[in-house]
Amino acid sequence: MQPYLKLDHIDKTFTRGAASTEVLKDINLTIGKGEYVSIIGHSGCGKSTLLNIVAGLTDATMGCVLLENREVNSPGPDRAVVFQNHSLLPWLTVYENVRLGVDKVFASSKTRSERDAWTMHNLNLVQMAHAKDKRPAEISGGMKQRVGIARALAMEPKVLLLDEPFGALDALTRAHLQDSVMAIHQKLRNTVLMITHDVDEAVLLSDRIVMMTNGPAARIGEVLDVPLARPRRRLEVASNPTYLKCRQRVLEFLYERHRFIEAA
Amino acid sequence: MSMPAMKTEATAVALPAASAPVVTMTPKRAPRAEKYLKMVRETAVRVVPPLIVLALFLLFWELVCRRVGSTLPPPSRVFKDTKELIFDPFFDHGGIDKGLFWHLSASLQRVALGYSLAAIAGVALGTLVGQSVWAMRGLDPLFQVLRTIPPLAWLPLSLAAFRDGQPSAIFVIFITSVWPIIINTAVGIRNIPQDYRNVAAVVQLNPLEFFTKIMIPAAAPYIFTGLRIGIGLSWLAIVAAEMLIGGVGIGFFIWDAWNSSHISEIILALFYVGIIGFVLDRMIAGMAKIVTRGTALN
Repeated sequence: MQPYLKLDHIDKTFTRGAASTEVLKDINLTIGKGEYVSIIGHSGCGKSTLLNIVAGLTDATMGCVLLENREVNSPGPDRAVVFQNHSLLPWLTVYENVRLGVDKVFASSKTRSERDAWTMHNLNLVQMAHAKDKRPAEISGGMKQRVGIARALAMEPKVLLLDEPFGALDALTRAHLQDSVMAIHQKLRNTVLMITHDVDEAVLLSDRIVMMTNGPAARIGEVLDVPLARPRRRLEVASNPTYLKCRQRVLEFLYERHRFIEAA
Repeated sequence: MSMPAMKTEATAVALPAASAPVVTMTPKRAPRAEKYLKMVRETAVRVVPPLIVLALFLLFWELVCRRVGSTLPPPSRVFKDTKELIFDPFFDHGGIDKGLFWHLSASLQRVALGYSLAAIAGVALGTLVGQSVWAMRGLDPLFQVLRTIPPLAWLPLSLAAFRDGQPSAIFVIFITSVWPIIINTAVGIRNIPQDYRNVAAVVQLNPLEFFTKIMIPAAAPYIFTGLRIGIGLSWLAIVAAEMLIGGVGIGFFIWDAWNSSHISEIILALFYVGIIGFVLDRMIAGMAKIVTRGTALN
């Protein structure tokens, strides 16, 4: 496998005055092009911090992030983020929210009408073209997240970063959106790094699952391959022995070996 | 809204197609009449109670001040005395002997100028203080002290500096209304959610784009709160300032009326000052509503 995105010996320590907390310790991870990798762990283990480091929104204390063998340490559209709480700008319409990124990324490479077409193409991809003139407050949570995904995809990122994208949604909407993300991944073959705390979600969507130990100083505990053929269908996969075995492995890791003590 | 529409449909379905053109017209008109009736009713609900209170107040005032030897004139007397001023606000007999329109417009011009400067400077300084920790540490304590200085206390100093009434009055308006604009803008900028900053970082907006596309819209509700407080304060300050600087202006008109013992004219002027203050406040509120419609929804 050709390394595409590489996390090289990443440490992260938050310092506040004299006190310092080590959040991440020696994170090494290599992701191939077109791969869908999930990071799973209990809340507070630093998975969002890790994603922010990859996105460039937070600096690593030690180590670096390499994308196509080049170090990246500031945010950019090549690593577009879908934020947990959608983060759409409430004063812009759905279309304008997506267009904002398109206008910046393709300022010189696309004409005005091409940018318009590209914005609409991405809204169509997430089935949100019908609501293009609505404002975020006028659409449902699931729809907002769809627009968030469209905004990220429209920047044509090398890596798509999903920060618990379905966390704030109800179960039915979540399932629907997971299917959409799978379909989009199938079609575009983009490289995805997703943070989640949902075991089923991780197994269903991922090629590999990275399991993190509890903080402080969280490490990568185990990496699990999910050798399920794509395209995967929710109902068929649910009774598939491989699926069940993977699910079992993740559950064992999270609830036996690295039980979250504070949650008890 | 949907109720009348449904009713129309129901009627249309229920009726046989016998005399179609006449019958379909009737239900179409009914909802419109209903709509107008509803509009009239809603307006009445808002307008009638204050009118009743106003009428009662005028009656009370009339009864109290009617006696011989009362120090203030009753409303009927005020109207009789100021009829000329009310019905001809545009006369100009030279000097300060002008109609109320000219006095009010002179005051409004000063406010417009001073307030516009305050709005520009306030938003700019507020952005600086909200965005930069060091600017806040340096400037905020200064602002907190300066903003407590009463508007009129600035007047002698500005007269000394400008040596003229006109710029001094404008300066007083400026210095009165700038503080709430600065402080509210700074709070608004500081409260921009980290998410929006992250979005801007990922999209790689440059500082100017960040200012116009993220900061100003995100802080708009706060900025308009400041602007609204500011316009109220400047209208408060202009009357007091004009009393001292003289010349044409509603403040000096009131002072002049007092000196000539035209109590009725003072009352009329107060009425206008109140109405205009109210209109100014509504104008800024209306502008805020239009500009922040997206932000306020969330």
